[in-house]
Amino acid sequence: MKDEITREERVAGLKGMGCSRKRVEDARFTQGKGNYVDDIKLPGMLHGDFVRSPYAHARVKSINIDAAMALPGVVAVLTAKDLEPLNLHWMPTLAGDKQMVLADGKVLFQGQEVAFVVASDRYIAADAVELVEVDYEELEVLVDPFKSLESDVVLREDLDPKAPGAHGPRKHHNHIFTWEVGEEVATNQVIDNAEVVAESEMYYHRTHPCPLETCGSVASMDKVNGKLTVYGTFQAPHVVRTVASLLSGIEEHNIRVVSPDIGGGFGNKVGVYPGYICSIVASIVTGVPVKWVEDRMENLMSTAFARDYWMKGKISATKEGKITGLHCHVTADHGAFDACADPTKFPAGFMNICTGSYDIPVAYLGVDGVYTNKAPGGVSYRCSFRVTEAVYFIERMIEVLAIELNMDAAELRRINFIRKEQFPYTAALGWEYDSGDYHTAWDKVLKAVDYDGLRVEQAERVQAFKRGETRKLMGIGLSFFTEIVGAGPVKNCDILGMGMFDSCEIRIHPTGSAVARLGTISQGQGHATTFAQILATEIGLSAESITIEEGDTDTAPYGLGTYGSRSTPVAGAAAAMAGRKIRAKAQMIAAYLLEVHDNDVEFDVDRFVVKGAPERFKTMKEIAYAAYNQAIPGLEPGLEAVSYYDPPNMTYPFGAYVCVMDIDVDTGVPEIRRFYALDDCGTRINPMVIEGQIHGGLTEALAVALGQEIAYDDMGNVKTGTLMDFFLPTAWEVPNYETDFTVTPSPHHPIGAKGVGESPHVGGVPCFSNAVQDAFRPFGNRHTNMPHDHWRIWQTANDLGLHG
Amino acid sequence: MIPAAFEYYRPTDMEGVIALLQEHGDDARVIAGGHSLIPMMKLRMAEVPHLIDLQAIEGLSGITVADGTISIGAMTTQHDIINSASLAAAAPIMKEAALQIADPQVRYMGTVGGNVANGDPGNDMPGLMQCLNAKFHLTGPDGDRAVDARDFYEAAYMTEREGEEVLTAVSFAAPVGGYAYEKQKRKIGDYATAAAAVQISKADGKVAAASIAMTNLSDTPVWSQTAGAALVGADCGEAAVKAAVTAMLSDIDPTEDNRGPVAFKRHAAGIVLGRAIARAWSRA
Ligand SMILES: Cc1cc2nc3c(=O)[nH]c(=O)nc-3n(C[C@H](O)[C@H](O)[C@H](O)COP(=O)(O)OP(=O)(O)OC[C@H]3O[C@@H](n4cnc5c(N)ncnc54)[C@H](O)[C@@H]3O)c2cc1C
Repeated sequence: MKDEITREERVAGLKGMGCSRKRVEDARFTQGKGNYVDDIKLPGMLHGDFVRSPYAHARVKSINIDAAMALPGVVAVLTAKDLEPLNLHWMPTLAGDKQMVLADGKVLFQGQEVAFVVASDRYIAADAVELVEVDYEELEVLVDPFKSLESDVVLREDLDPKAPGAHGPRKHHNHIFTWEVGEEVATNQVIDNAEVVAESEMYYHRTHPCPLETCGSVASMDKVNGKLTVYGTFQAPHVVRTVASLLSGIEEHNIRVVSPDIGGGFGNKVGVYPGYICSIVASIVTGVPVKWVEDRMENLMSTAFARDYWMKGKISATKEGKITGLHCHVTADHGAFDACADPTKFPAGFMNICTGSYDIPVAYLGVDGVYTNKAPGGVSYRCSFRVTEAVYFIERMIEVLAIELNMDAAELRRINFIRKEQFPYTAALGWEYDSGDYHTAWDKVLKAVDYDGLRVEQAERVQAFKRGETRKLMGIGLSFFTEIVGAGPVKNCDILGMGMFDSCEIRIHPTGSAVARLGTISQGQGHATTFAQILATEIGLSAESITIEEGDTDTAPYGLGTYGSRSTPVAGAAAAMAGRKIRAKAQMIAAYLLEVHDNDVEFDVDRFVVKGAPERFKTMKEIAYAAYNQAIPGLEPGLEAVSYYDPPNMTYPFGAYVCVMDIDVDTGVPEIRRFYALDDCGTRINPMVIEGQIHGGLTEALAVALGQEIAYDDMGNVKTGTLMDFFLPTAWEVPNYETDFTVTPSPHHPIGAKGVGESPHVGGVPCFSNAVQDAFRPFGNRHTNMPHDHWRIWQTANDLGLHG
Repeated sequence: MIPAAFEYYRPTDMEGVIALLQEHGDDARVIAGGHSLIPMMKLRMAEVPHLIDLQAIEGLSGITVADGTISIGAMTTQHDIINSASLAAAAPIMKEAALQIADPQVRYMGTVGGNVANGDPGNDMPGLMQCLNAKFHLTGPDGDRAVDARDFYEAAYMTEREGEEVLTAVSFAAPVGGYAYEKQKRKIGDYATAAAAVQISKADGKVAAASIAMTNLSDTPVWSQTAGAALVGADCGEAAVKAAVTAMLSDIDPTEDNRGPVAFKRHAAGIVLGRAIARAWSRA
């Protein structure tokens, strides 16, 4: 047989790894043809809506539902009393705590779910919510975690104050846990005897992932066949199925959980919310489907905040700037219930990556979790578990140390980077970094932006400012981050006992196309595009001929879902491994068809060729057909494979960012002149998708650094409950990002990929913040807290005496 | 974010509107572009059992410039303002201001009448109208009347307009001299942290007349007569601007909110005003 097309053309035809294949999802999204939870309409479906607490802390003395029930169209009003016989008035949280589904005797945060109204139409449900009369007795409100730890007011009356919590002993009735990593005594000794020590306290404010689509679910209990179907905004549909089964007693095979199209998750959709439970219970009670979809204010007020970390650091170094030790303590405000979404053994997530990209010999981290009268949550908003907090902490400590040393912050980083030859590198707080080449990345970026030139310009600007010729300062924000993603090895990572492996199942059809199903679920990341590319390269069929399906637990293999940049590191690895199983069988089929020994054929792009005789080959399409129409001795018919992948280690993407900013000291308005982002996510599957992820993550970083905040007043009222006040940047506020890359593959991942969805957020926040703070460094600024909105920037300038 | 039930009316003449307003009293309201009213209804902060749409009434929109007088129909959208060549020529401050209101989607719907009648201290048009010394034309059961923009605002959401009156148009003399609308906001689509409308005319290198109003720094727009007077006769140099700013700062009364504390707002107000004066003067 003669081959008409070249090998390059065959490679290009696969649309495999490394090409910027267009996203297959976009055709439907850009035409408004997506299918989100709120698009699901089932026959006879009822609508649920919540009565929510206006108070942050109050006793619920009585609930009167009579007027609401009298409204035509209202089917039911559920309260904790109705859920109690089912033992569903409380639910377990991912963090080993429990949370009220509906207020049981008291409310602990503004917006807490008090009663669930079920009505024939969404408007009637909203009207009925107003008719439910709740009698509250206000209690003292605790919004400050430090005050909470000293207060006599007991927030969680359901907990025995003496009994340990899920993560060990509790020191106070409002204390949740203490988590310690590293060597405190040794660290303190080093710091106490160090030549130079820098200290800083910083508050990483509470914010919210705020996906465009809010959370919601449609539950449908089929009483005839006993099957419960739940459609919902779930980043981890299989875990939801298991939890739903454990809570409801319905056997797991009788529960089908479906995540349809998800309009962004960013961590907001990892947890289990009262709305999901209530829609399920309401459907079980009424026997018809029940939909619940929260509105924007409910989303911001009640489902899963992020951050809210009070961090205190000490870093020591030699006079030359070599870091010798790091001490970090965090007071973590978890709100009313500990509903953080972290692997079970990590109550502060991977905060112990806080030694960052630096070779720090000894370190200590202590975290105290605290209850307050705020919404529960503590999810990883576009980052792996608490990694934004960790990277912000270390990147601020580096800046403060540079000030203490009177040294250039870029040079200080360079001196302390883990060197290329040190990988795999075990950090002082335990993690084993898989691979990295930090110096190369750093130097590339500094050269690209002409860092030295920028510093000269900045110095000139300061002089001009002092002479009264300008009112604008210039800030150069630096950040170098190491992410820790791809959770994770089953030996130390689980969620509610489920090991954090992931999975892929492939079926090759006779005509040489395929369907692959994975345990993850895309929320906009483009899995249907990129996973098909991995498989195309692995099995030699075009990505265009491979359908990717996720999110339906009746069809997809069990997996732990999508968050923490784990899809490519874990499910992507499973895809590659499953692809290799397909290839192994295909090799045997090819050898049979070519009448040679198995070892005499080898894989080449889209076919197996006889070694040394490339004109003798069988394409994967031919092999697929043969798998179904030939009786091959010793081989079962068909061509399918499944892989459950337990990663041997996390992956450690990294990157180097620089932001150049002008700041108007009089109005506090920052103007981003330049943002340069170099990311190393290992092997690059689709450069265009990577770029999109980076733009998105940087934009959310800009949001968080420059204004995005869930703020409370002293009474526990949410002050930023709508998008008028909660900052969601638009194209107008976003600068033109310049992106760049290096490639340092992960040595343990089947294709060397590390994950990229969250890196830009992790690295971006400190970069924007450092730019603001750097502008004020020449005037004595050491640290100011985010968010750097106009008035806080103005306040910094004012505090430094820059307003004359 | 689900409004309470309401009756919807779409009368085709003003008599029909007024009859409905008379019939339902406080339970009725007119809706223009709906971009202030509908969000309030969805938040259930405004309950409007009877909603009267003005869209089908003839003659309520359009811009005329004649004999030095500009008249803008109540239902004229902010988008229309931006795209009117005659208005841009006769009163360029209108376009400069309208471009700083909300975002294009809101501007396609939001009307001049709604913006000035709303009484929200955050709306940009009220201060602008005071700067231009506009008249608001009202019609009601007792006939037509005109109220000076400078006399129209009593407190947040409280205006001179009677509940049964409809605002039909705004009019003002074509301004002379230089102009500027300067606004500080947190992001696109945001109301002002501070905004200033300034018109300055020049004679012999000196300020002949000046009119200055600011937005979102009190519970009503603030037209400061003394601030304008501080510029008259001066060359708009540092001292004069400082005097104008000082005068304005004693007339505003900002409150703390998510945009910042009072001290910041007062400082920003001074800066925004200073910049507006400088730009208006440079164009005078
Ligand atoms: C996201 C967003 C951002 C915005 N940002 C800004 C901004 O930066 N600056 C700004 O100025 N505005 C802003 N707005 C408001 C916008 O400009 C509104 O459209 C405008 O304030 C009201 O005009 P409307 O036609 O929509 O009025 P409606 O919402 O229809 O009505 C507002 C009120 O005025 C009354 N009313 C309307 N027309 C009449 C009339 N002819 N006679 C008597 N009463 C009447 C109504 O009964 C109602 O009480 C924003 C709105 C949104 C949604």
